[in-house]
Amino acid sequence: MAMMEYIDAIRLAMKEEMALDENVFVLGEDVGVKGGVFTTTKGLQELYGEDRVMDTPLSESAIAGVAIGAAMYGMKPIAEMQYSDFMLPATNQIISEAAKIRYRSNNDWSCPLVVRAPIGGGIFGGLYHSQCMESVFFGTAGLKIVAPYSAYDAKGLLKAAVRDPDPVLFFENKKCYKLIKGDVPEDDYVVPIGKANVLREGDDITVISYSLPLHFIMQAAEELEQEGITSHVLDLRTIQPIDREGIVEAARRTGKVLIVHEDNLTGGVGGEVAAIIAEECLFDLDAPIRRLAGPDAPAMPINPPQEKAYMLNKDKVKTAMRELALF
Amino acid sequence: MKAKGTIDQQTRHEQLGLTDDQAIELYRYMMMARKFDERCLLLQRAGKINFHVSGVGQEAAQVGAAFALDRQEDYFLPYYRDYGFVLSVGMTARELMLSAFAKAEDPNSGGRQMPGHFGSKRLRIVTGSSPVTTQVPHAVGVALAAKMKRQKLVSFVTFGEGSSNQGDFHEGCNFAGVHKLPVIIMCENNQYAISVPVHKQLSGKISDRALGYGFPGLRVDGNDVLEVYAAVKEARERAINGEGPTLIEAMVYRLAPHSTSDNDLAYRTKEEVDANWEKDGLPRYKQYLLDCGIWSEQQDEELQKECTQIMKEATEYADNAPYPRAEDTLLHVFAGDGEDAQ
Repeated sequence: MAMMEYIDAIRLAMKEEMALDENVFVLGEDVGVKGGVFTTTKGLQELYGEDRVMDTPLSESAIAGVAIGAAMYGMKPIAEMQYSDFMLPATNQIISEAAKIRYRSNNDWSCPLVVRAPIGGGIFGGLYHSQCMESVFFGTAGLKIVAPYSAYDAKGLLKAAVRDPDPVLFFENKKCYKLIKGDVPEDDYVVPIGKANVLREGDDITVISYSLPLHFIMQAAEELEQEGITSHVLDLRTIQPIDREGIVEAARRTGKVLIVHEDNLTGGVGGEVAAIIAEECLFDLDAPIRRLAGPDAPAMPINPPQEKAYMLNKDKVKTAMRELALF
Repeated sequence: MKAKGTIDQQTRHEQLGLTDDQAIELYRYMMMARKFDERCLLLQRAGKINFHVSGVGQEAAQVGAAFALDRQEDYFLPYYRDYGFVLSVGMTARELMLSAFAKAEDPNSGGRQMPGHFGSKRLRIVTGSSPVTTQVPHAVGVALAAKMKRQKLVSFVTFGEGSSNQGDFHEGCNFAGVHKLPVIIMCENNQYAISVPVHKQLSGKISDRALGYGFPGLRVDGNDVLEVYAAVKEARERAINGEGPTLIEAMVYRLAPHSTSDNDLAYRTKEEVDANWEKDGLPRYKQYLLDCGIWSEQQDEELQKECTQIMKEATEYADNAPYPRAEDTLLHVFAGDGEDAQ
């Protein structure tokens, strides 16, 4: 067990999977010699060579499309999108192609592809280096979508994604890269795709979230406990296919649900989580379902006051949790 | 199309290394594709199938290309008019007809996709979609994988001239050029993207674009099956020798409307279409075979009868085959779907 940063865990997962399976390779912009603009792939090219850690042309649709072609041939590509904001040119390849290859060929062809893309703001990235893109892909059947919050999960989910026989979007949170550290086993483990994870048990409110905001939630839960409010915190881990049972179980536990994500409120994952709860256990609720999410501005401004206004933080989360507890 | 070369007395197909039998085989597949197309049009007009998208007028380019490839090893990413191509690499008329009727046994998609959306892992025909040109980066990815695995094969991809304006064409070509990948990129320039004529799609030659990507591009007469065969054969040799991609622009004419839902005379004249029927590659190649003395009118009649019979049997089979089951609609979203139920 080693203490490591979230970004190191992602790198370790790639390093291990590449050692285990010669068909695994990484491609993307700046992933080779430079080791990625965030250093996520640093050192991998020295280990595995230029062919398996490939600097591609600046061309997101080709990165995705070439990876899809290679995956159909039998390789296990990990395609890096430098920022999730820049993966929109690849959306056609991901939604029209990767997601539908198994279905449209009646199980003749498959596309075991991983697309890694950093999401999230709070890094003075402005409109186009801060977005959360998961809701663009959420609802496209045929895609799996994961978004780890911890170093442990980052390694385990990425290894599971690489081994998955279907396309997986791996949304890593760029603010977590260096901020989040945790114990990461050096042995070969995976975190299963499709299962949510209870991070904290409590009886007053249920908070459901994924990625970075869980850290704010966990801090707030700690503080609220001193006020006598106990929180049940569920990490979705996998956004799609979503763990309906895990959501319903967590909602029933307290009867008061707050859903939190950094992605925009409207059309976000939270709406679906709320709908699942309403369908499955409305009469177990003691309060209306609440959502706390990014505002419906097109994207996050770069100036500090507006970035702060846009971003979630511990205080915003804590206020929403307390309000729900007192409902 | 003159049968004899000027330098020696070999026929053109002999100069290209094709035996007489092989030369006739090219013609057989061109005819088969034509008959398939004609049958599907009839079936659509009779209300037996919902839709047909035609490849009439492009058979020479498609069959010529297929025969120049290694049909045991190479990977194919055809587009929706390539009946001649997929027949040549091993798909049967029955299989195509099962797709036209959207029946469960259709190997392309289990009756899920529109006709013309080919796919068969057995035949290394990579599954395709409707948003055009997405298959070009896939072909590049297959070529990249083959190079990484040191396999001696090429990937071959086709699309229309309208599609050549999509970003995926350019992104795929550029990637292939940078990495010198064994991929053959062939545009079947049939002069129309549904209703939009080529002069509103392009201000230059598609083949010239290859210059910008650092590999050879050439324009060929797509109505001349042997010319296409020669170009693709040479491109394949370059690819296998590690010399990288080739872009081929095969000049053809879409003799049929875009699809059975299209009235082409709303945007082009009958005179124009008729003039292009005069250049049709099928009778032209027949004449070549006759001139070579390796084909006769009687053999031609027999071939047509044989093709008609094949289409008749394929139609009957597909018409009587069962549809996919409604309860299987959710199968194969992900791996392992339905395994619990079995």
